[in-house]
Amino acid sequence: METQDRQLDPGLFKPAEIDQQEGEKIAGPPVSFWKDSWIRLQKNRGALISLAVVVFLFAMAFIIGPLVSPHSPYYQNLANRYLGPTSEFWFGTDKFGRDMWTRVWAGTRVSLYIGLLAALLDIFVGVVYGAISGFLGGRTDDVMQRGIEILNGVPYLIVAILAMVVFEPGILTITIALGLTGWTFMARIVRGRMMQLKNQEFALASRSLGASGLRVVWKHLIPNSLGLIVINLMFTIPSAIFAEAFLSFIGLGIQVPEASLGSLISDGAAELRFHPGLLWFPSAIFCLLMICFNLLGDGLRDALDPKMRK
Amino acid sequence: MVRYLTRRFVYMFVALFIIISVTFFISKLLPGSPFADPKLTPEVRDQLFEKYGLDEPVYVQYLKYMGNVLQGDLGNSFFFESRPVMQMILTRLPVSMFIGIQAVIFGLILGMVLGTIAALRHNTLWDTLAVVVAIIGVSVPTFVLGPVLQYWLGLKLGLFPIAFFDSYIYSIMPSLALSVFVISTVARFIRTEMLEVMGQDYITLAKAKGLSGLAVIVRHVLRNAMIPLVTVMAPLTIYLITGSLVVEQIFVVPGIGEQFVQSVVVSDYSMILGTTIFFSVMFILALLIQDILYGIIDPRIRVAGAKE
Repeated sequence: METQDRQLDPGLFKPAEIDQQEGEKIAGPPVSFWKDSWIRLQKNRGALISLAVVVFLFAMAFIIGPLVSPHSPYYQNLANRYLGPTSEFWFGTDKFGRDMWTRVWAGTRVSLYIGLLAALLDIFVGVVYGAISGFLGGRTDDVMQRGIEILNGVPYLIVAILAMVVFEPGILTITIALGLTGWTFMARIVRGRMMQLKNQEFALASRSLGASGLRVVWKHLIPNSLGLIVINLMFTIPSAIFAEAFLSFIGLGIQVPEASLGSLISDGAAELRFHPGLLWFPSAIFCLLMICFNLLGDGLRDALDPKMRK
Repeated sequence: MVRYLTRRFVYMFVALFIIISVTFFISKLLPGSPFADPKLTPEVRDQLFEKYGLDEPVYVQYLKYMGNVLQGDLGNSFFFESRPVMQMILTRLPVSMFIGIQAVIFGLILGMVLGTIAALRHNTLWDTLAVVVAIIGVSVPTFVLGPVLQYWLGLKLGLFPIAFFDSYIYSIMPSLALSVFVISTVARFIRTEMLEVMGQDYITLAKAKGLSGLAVIVRHVLRNAMIPLVTVMAPLTIYLITGSLVVEQIFVVPGIGEQFVQSVVVSDYSMILGTTIFFSVMFILALLIQDILYGIIDPRIRVAGAKE
């Protein structure tokens, strides 16, 4: 060590060291963006309750709901038609004597599946499309944006209805219809964000250090857009769930004997006058699902993007 | 501005052209035929095919169809005794428009009142109540709301007729069902915007120069808070189009939405095609008007300089 012969008094450094430690103690542990957001989200009671309810509905629809009931959603027994809620049939039975409890949860499964699917499409198609379009810019961007404009020219549900006419109505067709149009809004948002970020210093720094375009997008631009992406996901999910229920309601979605919340609501509405339970149960679950996703979306927006908070 | 507009118009026509072409070819790909009735003898079927021009090669049909669309002719309905599609749409349009516009008027008035109360009584019970109402209004779909309204207002209270469309009073419940979503959207928007505007310096100035509270709110706060409402226009148009499909179905209103669903049910392809084109034109126009209005109202986002 060359510094040894300079003979520095070690006492000189002592107070400074103590100061530093104290300063660190006051600052507390570093808070990452996600942790910070999580803390903010926890303060939002509505959003937290919604999160719990969504998890609960998932558990009910996929695991608990079908497990606790011995009945099948498809088994018809005309002797048990139009029972009100009883100890055996918790939500009553429909006009064919089918158990409403299991039917409602089967319908909820469809809704949740659609919601998940829409989220995946948004991520894998919307984000990728938007990132390419926004990052490359120029001619590519122009062409890609025109493509989106054309897809957006036809209202989303009309495309879905057309798909239902062309292919056989069912969950697969709804999937295709969602795949055609569901992701465009996300693509636009991500594109805008990319254009805004790609000229900022940190992206420039990464590029001048020799990072490839793909790496800049993947390592820097996408992580910086994640908040926006999550917020947008939370608004795509309920609108996709709504679209499926809507199609099933007008008879173009899930076909009998399968159940969807939309078709159950439609059946229930037809018999509202004498058997209101057939409408109330699926409607209540559906509205609960929508309210929770909307509240959670609002909460996440406030938590992830405090600038947007109003 | 003029250059921007011409470019927008060109894009609009290209988009419409592609949409029409794609829907046309999709309708040609459809399985089955509108005249698949086994009771028809081959001769009669040939006659029908000839009458509708279905015996010609697809590209001839396409060119003819495109030519006709340019002249505002969307072909003839396969189902309803070959009436022109355009005429059927136009006879049904006023009913849908009336219900839709009434819903927007309900929605704007009630939504603004609700949003204003929430903003002025920020962080009180009123505010919370308004926010809860708005969230519920956005979340509860029309197809749940419709039957519920029918049950309570129609059946239990007997205030309004449950279905059909004979006089003005029949239009109230469908409009009400449609407007709940509008009320919620407008209320949320007005609330957030008012809260933001009220913190601005020019509001302090308006108060400082001695304007009464009401004048400040009406002349300065509300007016500026309403600007971003323009952005809701395009989504609202979509909502009114798709909402009409449900609401008209539930309340048996003879509008375009009900007709469209019927044409899907009976596979009336020319009607489906025509209505899709019609909806697309309306929607694309709404988008265009929204962008233009936005540029006029808010000079900061002047469209001419929008290009990167």
